[in-house]
Amino acid sequence: MYNDLRYSRQIILDCFGVEGQAKLKKAKILVAGSGGLGSPALLYLAAAGVGNIGVVDFDTVTLSNLNRQILHFASDLGRRKTDSAEEKLNKLNPEVNVIKHNTRIDIDNVEDIISGYDVVIDATDNFTARYLISDCCYFMKKPLVEGAAVGLDGILMTIIPNKTPCYRCLYPYPPEDGVLPTCSDVGILGPVTGVIGSMQALEAIKLVVGIGENVTSRILTFDALAGSFREVKWPKRESCPLCGKEPKITELVQYEIKCRIKGP
Amino acid sequence: MYTVTVNGKRLEFNETLTIKDYLESAGVDPKIVVVEHNYEIPDKSKWNEITLKDGDNLEIVKFIGGG
Repeated sequence: MYNDLRYSRQIILDCFGVEGQAKLKKAKILVAGSGGLGSPALLYLAAAGVGNIGVVDFDTVTLSNLNRQILHFASDLGRRKTDSAEEKLNKLNPEVNVIKHNTRIDIDNVEDIISGYDVVIDATDNFTARYLISDCCYFMKKPLVEGAAVGLDGILMTIIPNKTPCYRCLYPYPPEDGVLPTCSDVGILGPVTGVIGSMQALEAIKLVVGIGENVTSRILTFDALAGSFREVKWPKRESCPLCGKEPKITELVQYEIKCRIKGP
Repeated sequence: MYTVTVNGKRLEFNETLTIKDYLESAGVDPKIVVVEHNYEIPDKSKWNEITLKDGDNLEIVKFIGGG
């Protein structure tokens, strides 16, 4: 039985109920990355009582992470992020099962990692991982919540394979080498990743419980300086290299994408 | 004069512009964006062929991959 009091404020929601809570308890949600996006997403999933939460991260906690990666504390410096994440999530909610994947997602392990989950949240910080995850979710028919943030901009899009536009309908191929700045170049304000990461958790919860409408066939863009969201209807790209009529991407691809080299 | 809605804002133009021309005039690096024109997604190779017309809708979305 559930600790009803812990979840009482969501169970009393008309659309949610004990049925919704039971679905969350059974759910297996993977969060790829436990940084700026993954931190709030993981915290909210654990707090909501998602029964099985996977976390993938190969990295250790460094001081420059702490302005936004709110799952990790000063006392965690040097520690594996997956260990830090497991400890915090267990402390927040001992009822959830945390599965650690202390590895960098690559072309050889992505299928194994994703295969055990119902829903995937992409909270990684680079396009190499994003194309691997989104292509793999498409091939394995796993719902995917894509979210990203850099500088003062954020973007969100949920993908249901064979039903909605895919990640490559938005971004057919990665940007060419040398045109994109890195996160450490442009900077990032913590609450910007907080907004997008929180929305990714919300999207995953809605998917699992089966309520409302997900952000599919459209994208949300967030302009933190303007303080505004925009909804952009985004249809399938006819020439989409993944889900279009003549797909060119028929197996996983691991891109090497070089970011812009920081000027003097 | 004609009007095009770009990312939700109505902009007025006098000169004839392709999508590529517009991006250049707005100082947007075409390498870091994707474009939707009238709710369809033209291939990048068509950006210098599609001329903007009165009432068109353009959405320009940046590549955002950080986290």
